[in-house]
Amino acid sequence: MILALVEHDRGKPNPLSLEALTFGRRLAERADVPLHAVLIGSEARPLADLSAAYGASMVHLVTHERLADFAPAAWAQSVVEVVDAVAPEAVLGAGSDRGNEVMAHVAAKIGLAMAANCVEVEPREPYVVTRLRWGGSLLEEARLEGVPKLLTVAPHAVAAEEVSAAGEPAVETLTPALEDEDLRVRVMGRTEAAEGRVSLPEARVVVGGGRGVGSADGFAMLEELASLLGGTVGVSRVVTSLGWRPHAEQVGQTGTRIAPDLYIACGISGAIQHMVGCKAAKQILAINTDPEAPMVAKADYAVIGDLRAVVPAVITEIKKALDG
Amino acid sequence: MTTLPRDANVVVIGGGIVGNSMAYHLARLGWKDIVLLDKGPFPSPGGSTGHASNFIFLVDHSKEMTEFTLDSVRQYQELGVFTESGGIEVARTKERLEELKRRVASAKSWGVEPVELVAPAEVKELVPFLDEKIVLGAFHTPGVGVVDSLRAGTLMRERAQEMGAITVSANTETTGLDVVDGRVAGVRTDKGDIGCETVVICCGVWSPRIARMAGASIPLTPAVHQMIDVGPVPLFAETVGEIAYPIVRDMDTNMYERQNGSDFEIGSYAHRPILMEPDQIPSIEESVLSPTELPFTQDDFDLQMEQALELFPDIVGDERVGIRHSINGLLSLTPDGMPCLGETPEVKGMWSAAAIWIKEAPGIAKTIAEWMTDGCPEIDPHASDIARFYDHHRTKTHIEARSAEGYNKTYGIVHPAEQWSSNRDVRLSPFYARERELGAVFYETAGWERPHWYESNAGLLDEYGDRVMQREAEWESRWWSPIISAEHLAMRDRVAMVDLSAFAIFDVSGPGALGYLQRLAVRQMEVPVGRVVYTPLLNPAGGVKADLTIMRLGSNRFRVVTGGFSGMFDKKWFVDHLPDDGSAQLYDATSAWCTVGVWGPRARDLVASVAEDDVSNEAFPFATCRGIDLGPVRALASRISYVGELGWEIYAPMEEGARLWDLLWEAGRAVGVVPAGIGVYATTARLEKSYRAHGNELELEYGLVEAGMAGPAVKDQDFVGKDAYLNQRQQEATALLCSLTVDDHTSSSGVKRYMLGREPILTPDGGPIVDAKGRRSYVTSAGAGPSVGKHILMAYLPPEHALVGTNLTVEYFGEPYPVTVAVVGNTPLLDPANERLKG
Amino acid sequence: MNVLVCVKRVPATGGRITLTPDEQEIDTRFLGFTVSPHEECAVEEAVRLIEAHGGTSVVLTLGPSVAEEQLRDALAMGIGEAILLQTDGREWDPIATANAIVDVVRSREAAGMAFDLLLFGNEAADTGDYQIGIRVAHVLGLPCVAGIKALEVRGGAAVAQREADGGREIFEVSLPAVFAVKEGINLPRYPSVPGRLKAKKKEIHRIVPEKRGGGLEKVRLKLPEEQQGEVEILGSGPEAAPRVVEVLQRLGIVPS
Repeated sequence: MILALVEHDRGKPNPLSLEALTFGRRLAERADVPLHAVLIGSEARPLADLSAAYGASMVHLVTHERLADFAPAAWAQSVVEVVDAVAPEAVLGAGSDRGNEVMAHVAAKIGLAMAANCVEVEPREPYVVTRLRWGGSLLEEARLEGVPKLLTVAPHAVAAEEVSAAGEPAVETLTPALEDEDLRVRVMGRTEAAEGRVSLPEARVVVGGGRGVGSADGFAMLEELASLLGGTVGVSRVVTSLGWRPHAEQVGQTGTRIAPDLYIACGISGAIQHMVGCKAAKQILAINTDPEAPMVAKADYAVIGDLRAVVPAVITEIKKALDG
Repeated sequence: MTTLPRDANVVVIGGGIVGNSMAYHLARLGWKDIVLLDKGPFPSPGGSTGHASNFIFLVDHSKEMTEFTLDSVRQYQELGVFTESGGIEVARTKERLEELKRRVASAKSWGVEPVELVAPAEVKELVPFLDEKIVLGAFHTPGVGVVDSLRAGTLMRERAQEMGAITVSANTETTGLDVVDGRVAGVRTDKGDIGCETVVICCGVWSPRIARMAGASIPLTPAVHQMIDVGPVPLFAETVGEIAYPIVRDMDTNMYERQNGSDFEIGSYAHRPILMEPDQIPSIEESVLSPTELPFTQDDFDLQMEQALELFPDIVGDERVGIRHSINGLLSLTPDGMPCLGETPEVKGMWSAAAIWIKEAPGIAKTIAEWMTDGCPEIDPHASDIARFYDHHRTKTHIEARSAEGYNKTYGIVHPAEQWSSNRDVRLSPFYARERELGAVFYETAGWERPHWYESNAGLLDEYGDRVMQREAEWESRWWSPIISAEHLAMRDRVAMVDLSAFAIFDVSGPGALGYLQRLAVRQMEVPVGRVVYTPLLNPAGGVKADLTIMRLGSNRFRVVTGGFSGMFDKKWFVDHLPDDGSAQLYDATSAWCTVGVWGPRARDLVASVAEDDVSNEAFPFATCRGIDLGPVRALASRISYVGELGWEIYAPMEEGARLWDLLWEAGRAVGVVPAGIGVYATTARLEKSYRAHGNELELEYGLVEAGMAGPAVKDQDFVGKDAYLNQRQQEATALLCSLTVDDHTSSSGVKRYMLGREPILTPDGGPIVDAKGRRSYVTSAGAGPSVGKHILMAYLPPEHALVGTNLTVEYFGEPYPVTVAVVGNTPLLDPANERLKG
Repeated sequence: MNVLVCVKRVPATGGRITLTPDEQEIDTRFLGFTVSPHEECAVEEAVRLIEAHGGTSVVLTLGPSVAEEQLRDALAMGIGEAILLQTDGREWDPIATANAIVDVVRSREAAGMAFDLLLFGNEAADTGDYQIGIRVAHVLGLPCVAGIKALEVRGGAAVAQREADGGREIFEVSLPAVFAVKEGINLPRYPSVPGRLKAKKKEIHRIVPEKRGGGLEKVRLKLPEEQQGEVEILGSGPEAAPRVVEVLQRLGIVPS
């Protein structure tokens, strides 16, 4: 049997767990064994049907009065007890923060190896898994020993897929023997993301300006765009060299390295020294007159044109969207 | 995307500062249908331009390099990308302080002004964050600055585009070069092929790889130059722009430091030479930063950090200032430290513009563009001419050995006569073993080991010591011996044997041989068989391209003899002008013949004692040549001399050379023969005779009239440069080559000092001497004249100073020494009537 | 307070990754090496803790002799002492690695130099195993908070935060404890020149570790099929503005 951990936060399922269920179901089918799910905490009880919809024929619901909020070692102990009870061939978690964490605790407790972020599993003895290295830039083929096999499923290794004829799942409830030790680490409070002045390395949005801005005065529109988007302004080296902006705003090899969700590079050609500073940006939008500029080539989105015309138009459009 | 044209007039490969400058200058000179391509993206395709430190110091001891640099600065200024910051070269040692005085002299010789030597307190004023206690003084050049080299390249590319002359293609990799009948026929790229007859390789560290595609070599090696960047520097927080303080060269540690915005950049040429091969350089895709920015190797830089910390404790010692960036940047090194410029000798139409740094790139590009356009560059690039290399220079062994040796001399105190220590003993004459036995001290030219003097002649000092000007100062006694002067005097009294096997020898034959040589030589070549003609060669603008001798060995047979150093670029000049109809052929016979000069008043006695032939003046007059039998050796003897004495250059088959030497040596005992080195041949004897040397007095920037070599008449036949030469003869010369003698050698500290060459000639009150064309007067050659008892200097002087008896000064290590014009033109100081020579 | 920070030497990738012909390693001919990014933040955190609270800091790595370079990087940032668990350079799997670290911690403890905080990176940049810190904590019987983006030590306890959807989860544990740090917890300093020079002179304690455990064994590495990132051209000039805003909305930066 294959056991899949269905992860949730105070009852809200993590979509990656559904992928893990799908991955587990296919593995189970190949090995011709059933797929079971494990749910932790009474808040997770409503997820039994969902687990079934994604192929679990049986759900092990682990409840305990002290399983009120996420506690990785306690969750791991819960999984271990289910493992002890049902002796699965393999245990799968999602390759999420919590999934990897809980499965690592499980592995430590059982004393077995664990393969994180697998994209393929060959259910032989030992398992041959293909897993992500370097955040997915590279794959590793590895042999995974032990019983049960412990692994997590890399995000988006498969698309979550409901089964056509899901029945009522059998639900087995279990109460683990939790030690104090298992509850030393648990969520004891929460805060919401604080608002305030955004610094370059922390900014979610950075509006970058290069030589194409044309003058020190030209940065007013970039400031406006940045503030509309809750971001901040960064500049290329040439801009500080020309004395248009202070050195503290320089993004690049010798300036600050940024990692925003979006980097809007306005009139920046994309010299290597600059790209080093912004390569951690999740998305890049380039606004540049030269369609062959390196920045355009490396961007996810681009507008070809003079930023001095494009940026004001974008500002107007954003204001419309915000008012609407 | 750009579509590549199927055909072009010229393809410039490489889009760094060199390629962009090339494209612009070609367009400016009227070239059309230029293609500029690079395998990387613009503006920074991934070569060395992208990580260059971009600063420009103006003064170099090489005139050629300084001229390239000054011209480049003018171009950068005109483009608006030059920021003047000033530059300080600091001395930590007394020896360096002396060297800085020499840099002042070079600045004055090449016209770089203003410059000044400054005391530690003034250094502190200029660079407040420098610990002045570490330094003894500094050389300050206010005109030093930084450039935005990427911007400069972009602007030049755009200008060429505005002229409608150029197609630019980024991300286009050259995959092959087509060569048909020894000439470039096309460039193959991953975006398509371009037919063209001219290609310029501006590929920096990749240049050898591209040249190899056409079967040519560009002898350079990629090498690592380490740089770190520390910051942010609190002191720079309030400064505006890229640089507000002078750039510092810490010469004694082979390092430089400069402000770069909020950061402080530290670069080094001090670490062990780390050479690479062009094929080892990663591709753009494989590179983390760029192909020429390799991972930093910390261990190599540890000492440099300590030295930077010593000099800049306030910045480098600040714990808040972090090392934000560090790279092993790649740059190009060549075996002799000079760039590789010009058409490759192997492939017609394939030009090299390689081993060029930011500071000289636009000036060099302009020079090459002129050279490509009409063969007449304004700045003489002969020391950078890629045709200068012999085959052995192109071997990996040589390139790596000399590049590595030269690397740590980047800021070194290099004596003008300093010898290389690596890869020696490559070309040995058949006399070598005997010379070693005689205690020869060997200097190298073009790979040849040539005796500079012989320790076995030390005994001559007993005889001539009182006439030898002993050198008291360490600098000019370095790479020198008083024996040179003693050998000289013994030669003038008796007879000397001089090994001249380093000559480059080209045999020209065929029915068109005479017409062909007539087209190149200034002097009349239609002479009787057996005549020897000394002649200059000119370029079309009338600049002196070469000077050499040509023997007429038969009606259709000539032998050209030229110096070892200039042998290969002279050969290219001859080969380039060979008639298309095949009526003349050139054969490089350098390796077939050894040569010994036998000169002195007893030379005839010596030669006569072993010759089967009559060698009397009547039978064998001056400026003739013929075969003679010397014992068992059938040799070619040529009665000319570069030392001003009776005698012959004797040419023998290389393998018979040892026998010839022994024969002459034994016969010479009776007449007191001495072996004499190149110290006599190339300097002391030459200067007494006012003989000019190529690369010193003779270069493209001066003509024959100025050099005092115009001769009474011009031959009727046409020759290269004739029109310009005729024109020069009509004009008043703007400068005249003069010989000067030093009147008083005594320095302020009472030590006698002797100039070595390249020093500025100044007015009696120390002012510069500039001719109507803006050229400075400087010492082109310097050396002892033991027979005239004077230290002799040659220099071009404007007509108002070119008068015998005029008093001027020469600046040497910061002090003026009085000199007097002894000769205007080429009249010898010794034996003006040439009686010794022709007797 | 005594802090241990465990780091890993990894190639500083950035260009296209290529493999050695035997498919066992990344081809590092053109690459430098660095401390894995999460761990670089762990080093910074350790330095800050000691700056704030006093005490000692030790950096440890398991790797080949040349991993000394990464230890010196950490020393240059201000760590006090360095331990190299020297291997032949072949990979050790997570269990073996954790056991070797445990051995060091226990022997220090036996020598009266117990650690109050053991800092790890959340996962190594190269292998991405997500488990070394947790395994060490488990064997030593210590609590472990993984994935932390903030850490504050108050007396004998520490408050750690980690990011969760739109906010942060707060954990409080008593010391000694293990923390697995995520990038973003701080901005690691660049080492200064004096820091580098001091680091150069420090001794590296070299230990040949005993290899115990295993169970995850690399067979080979392979490159994923190339997914060419294509730039989406939204248009030319100001007319492209509405499409820009659509993208901003799609990315959740402007509310839709």
